[in-house]
Amino acid sequence: MYVLRNWSVRNAGTLEWFYSGFSRTLVFADPLFRLIGYERLERPVAAIEASVKGLLFDCRMCGQCILSKTGMSCSMNCPKSLRNGPCGGVRPNGMCEVKPEMRCVWVAALDGAVQMSNPNAINSINPPLDRSMEGRSSWLRETRETVEVETLHCLGDVNHSEKGETV
Amino acid sequence: MNVHPAASSDPGLALDRTAVQNTERPVPNTGMGRLESVLKSGRFAVTAELAPPDSADPQDVFDRAAVFEGCVDAINATDGSGANVHMSSVAVSALLKARGQTPVMQISCRDRNRIAIQGDALGAAALGIENILCISGDGVQVGDHPGAKPVFDLGSISLLETLRKMRDEKQFLSGRPLTTPPRLFLGAAANPFMTPRDFRVRRLKLKVDAGAQFIQTQYCFDVDILRSFMADVCSQRLDERAYILVGIGPLASAKSARWIRSHVPGVHVSEEIVNRMERAEKPAEEGRRICVELIQQIREIPGVAGVHIMAARQERHVADIVRKSGVRVDSRAQSET
Repeated sequence: MYVLRNWSVRNAGTLEWFYSGFSRTLVFADPLFRLIGYERLERPVAAIEASVKGLLFDCRMCGQCILSKTGMSCSMNCPKSLRNGPCGGVRPNGMCEVKPEMRCVWVAALDGAVQMSNPNAINSINPPLDRSMEGRSSWLRETRETVEVETLHCLGDVNHSEKGETV
Repeated sequence: MNVHPAASSDPGLALDRTAVQNTERPVPNTGMGRLESVLKSGRFAVTAELAPPDSADPQDVFDRAAVFEGCVDAINATDGSGANVHMSSVAVSALLKARGQTPVMQISCRDRNRIAIQGDALGAAALGIENILCISGDGVQVGDHPGAKPVFDLGSISLLETLRKMRDEKQFLSGRPLTTPPRLFLGAAANPFMTPRDFRVRRLKLKVDAGAQFIQTQYCFDVDILRSFMADVCSQRLDERAYILVGIGPLASAKSARWIRSHVPGVHVSEEIVNRMERAEKPAEEGRRICVELIQQIREIPGVAGVHIMAARQERHVADIVRKSGVRVDSRAQSET
């Protein structure tokens, strides 16, 4: 929903704070997830994620969430699906070239990013989307990756994998 | 018509062979292209945009390129500009290359996915095309097929990274190795006039980081904004990492000046230029005069490596504009001494 999406960008800092707590809970629940099986959880969790994030961010379930880099403005709402900043057609009033009634998602991202714990994350280059991950849960993937990194950390192999970026 | 690839009488295949035979350097991956060497030499470069025809006749391409003969260093072949169907940029570039001209092949992310684009880049390099300009592309809704599926599998920045990876790491985006990498001089678009201002140089830096070696900008109709943009560019030393060619074009009338001002997102026409166009008795001539003056002013701005002329429907005047601006004569004299 457009109104809620704008609210989310205005409250990007609070949402990031909330998500960091939520993600710790998920990591804490990892043994339970493993018991049930991550694959078995995929569909129900993805459905919940789609409705929650759909409401708050107009999430398109790309499966590779970068909301924490983009100030809680979902770049998948860009009509050109641009994941590395706006095109050259942003209107002087900050609205989208393709959809003049919508604020450019990257103009919004710039506003949201200043509230984030790492305001410079928006300047890093994002790789092209892996379309095979479309519709899958970013929450579960992130949880699994965090646990794997932490396990490796315990084993002393710190540089093996980088922590992903998700909301 | 029989278009089976094995048919030896297929005109498409015959054309490909001539293109390869006539190429100055049939073997890719050696030497430096003309545009790159002009820019490296420090000469003020001039490129121009060619509108690919709505025709299957190669002569239409040659005719459109003939007006630029001797007055430009490279010719851009647009890729479905304005989301309208025209002859493909690969074909136009190959035809130009076969005639000994220097094409800049534009690739837009709107119509093809990463598989098609990488294949086209390899094929283009095999046909002797050295320069590729990576752009995101206009949205489909502005063109003649608003119901088309907008692909946008890659964006301009990931496209730059992909082509750079193919060239430098001899790998496709998937990591699969390729045997002979394409030798490419990679370009990107930039808009010094976009709002919000914060994005202007930040976007350019991302593109240069992603592999852009030259930049062709949006239309400049406001030299003051360009000056402040270039000052920011130079302060970040981006002008040392990529050659910046400023986009210009002659305005046809006061009406079109006003229309561009209010309807084309990302283009800023200064008050002074609109007033001049309104006062002019012969607006088209005044538009060309303004264009000549813009080139001369732009040339003096530190960090600018050249101009890119986009003279939609006024291509026949480009040679005259370049001549009057004096930039080619001066630069030739410099390079000869």
